[in-house]
Amino acid sequence: MTIPQVPLAALDTVWFQVAGTVCNLACTHCLVSSSPTNRTHEGLTLEQIRPHLAEAARLGAREYYFTGGEPFLNPELPRILEAALAYGPATVLTNGVLLSSARSAELRSIADGARYSLDFRVSLDGLDAPANDAIRGRGTFARVLAGVRNLAAAGFDPVLTVTEACHEASSAAGRERFLDLLRGLGVERPRLKVLPLFRIGAEVARGGPYESWQRLAGDEVAPDGFAHLQCSSCRVVTDQGVWVCPILVNEPAARMGPTLTDTLGAYPLRHAACWTCHVQGATCRT
Amino acid sequence: MPNLSSRPRLPDHRGRATWGERIVPLEEFKRAAALAGSECDATWRAAAERALHAPVADGVPVEGPYRRIVLCGGVYSNHLALAALLDEARRLAADAVYCLGDLGGFGPRPEAVWPLVARGGVRVVQGNYEQALAEDAPDCRCGYTDPRDNRFAELSYRYTAAHCSPAFRAFLGALPARRRVRVGAREILLVHGSPRRVNEFLFESTSPVAFLETLCDRAAADAIACTHTGLHWHAALPSGRDVINVGALGRPANDGTPRIWFALIEERDRALAVELRPLGYDHHALAVEMRAEGLPEEFVATILSGWWTTCLEILPARERARSRY
Repeated sequence: MTIPQVPLAALDTVWFQVAGTVCNLACTHCLVSSSPTNRTHEGLTLEQIRPHLAEAARLGAREYYFTGGEPFLNPELPRILEAALAYGPATVLTNGVLLSSARSAELRSIADGARYSLDFRVSLDGLDAPANDAIRGRGTFARVLAGVRNLAAAGFDPVLTVTEACHEASSAAGRERFLDLLRGLGVERPRLKVLPLFRIGAEVARGGPYESWQRLAGDEVAPDGFAHLQCSSCRVVTDQGVWVCPILVNEPAARMGPTLTDTLGAYPLRHAACWTCHVQGATCRT
Repeated sequence: MPNLSSRPRLPDHRGRATWGERIVPLEEFKRAAALAGSECDATWRAAAERALHAPVADGVPVEGPYRRIVLCGGVYSNHLALAALLDEARRLAADAVYCLGDLGGFGPRPEAVWPLVARGGVRVVQGNYEQALAEDAPDCRCGYTDPRDNRFAELSYRYTAAHCSPAFRAFLGALPARRRVRVGAREILLVHGSPRRVNEFLFESTSPVAFLETLCDRAAADAIACTHTGLHWHAALPSGRDVINVGALGRPANDGTPRIWFALIEERDRALAVELRPLGYDHHALAVEMRAEGLPEEFVATILSGWWTTCLEILPARERARSRY
């Protein structure tokens, strides 16, 4: 069976695993199994990030995303965002529980001083505490809502990210209820992003692994059909080098090289998670 | 109701790593990762980097050269604004007027712009709206996910589609996807969204300099002009090249005034002089027409107040913060 190879059409999106796999939560569906004890990847310092930003700009990058783990566990995150925003727009993917009003105000002043947009995505997995906390941990629903309220009070319009583990995400009426929830927290122009589940990491124990047939063969992806795959336009920087995409950072084989320039070649869709991206048209971008 | 005590227990990762579906010693993961991707040799790296910036030939003939041109976009069936622009272009002694697409949508009587385009000699680039109408597509292809934005996009598209004759659709379908024009010695690539995609949004706050330089490299042009977002801006790049979003004629720039925007371009001192100019027109008359056609009051409110009431989902954080709704 031949495996389709995805060329990098352009380096549009550069991700930083800025907190590594270290998280203050331990969500049961986390595709990278982030938790307080998971140090598969360590966080990145500003000094580690600077050369990657300069290199990304040289390669024509359009936008920068910061993820983890929980990015706000990285004490340098505000300075890192300032550095990134000198190059282009930045988005932070956060679980929201560390967004105090003081921190939100600091982020406001960073955004106001920047030439490019600063945006946030906050994860939630239910419309009430029992549904959400079953996945994200006891007490997190109230803490996430408080974080969103603080961001909104500081003038941000965070995107709410919900996975398909949450039943309401699959219906128009359910999605409308999430938008209403955001409005109730003071988010004036609410947005919602629904992500499919990847049956890797912690999700294997919760929802089960991929079936053996969930793999892509050469003839399943048309030669002109790569634009829907984020690996045709993204790479992710971790403390151990540059990986193909944010979903596969726990696959050693998905490490493509030490620097972004080393990773400009094609990547084979050999992982089961690639099947989800192709079939569901998933992208980690907003 | 889910039972919290049934939450699967996550493995303790101390000294261990997740590798796919397995938990392995951390050192094993790190060793395997270090071996996986290697540093490429200097020749390969240089070639790969060059390829990202390599010009892509499009075979599009170059029109002109002209001394001074007017560029507009996003007419959205606003024939009164287009008529005002054509008067203004004559007053400014422009040699040519180009429209970067989206003649239809949002406004009243979509075919009313056609005679103006013909009489004014307006050279049009195909936008996503023209593409969708010509192909009888089910929607405008803006790709909204917000249910409210989608509802209004659908109303707008359905109204426009119902009021386009087969002849007008054929005209829209025959428009070129891109054009090239020379102003003085400078060559400008004219597109609707971006040189890469008809519906790519190039907003000021999400189009960094390095990215725009790369687009110009790939386009093999001294400048790129686009529309699609409805918000005007101009980036004078360090390389001496320009990227211009000419904004929209059809609806105001979400700035609380009913003015609309276009670009006046000429060559001065071997560089492009780019002027983004506001223009007033009889927006009250347009509102009367829109109401007579039964178009949503939300659309009329935008024409009168200058604030967008729909299609807000696509705005990046910076542009959203300036928005009233």
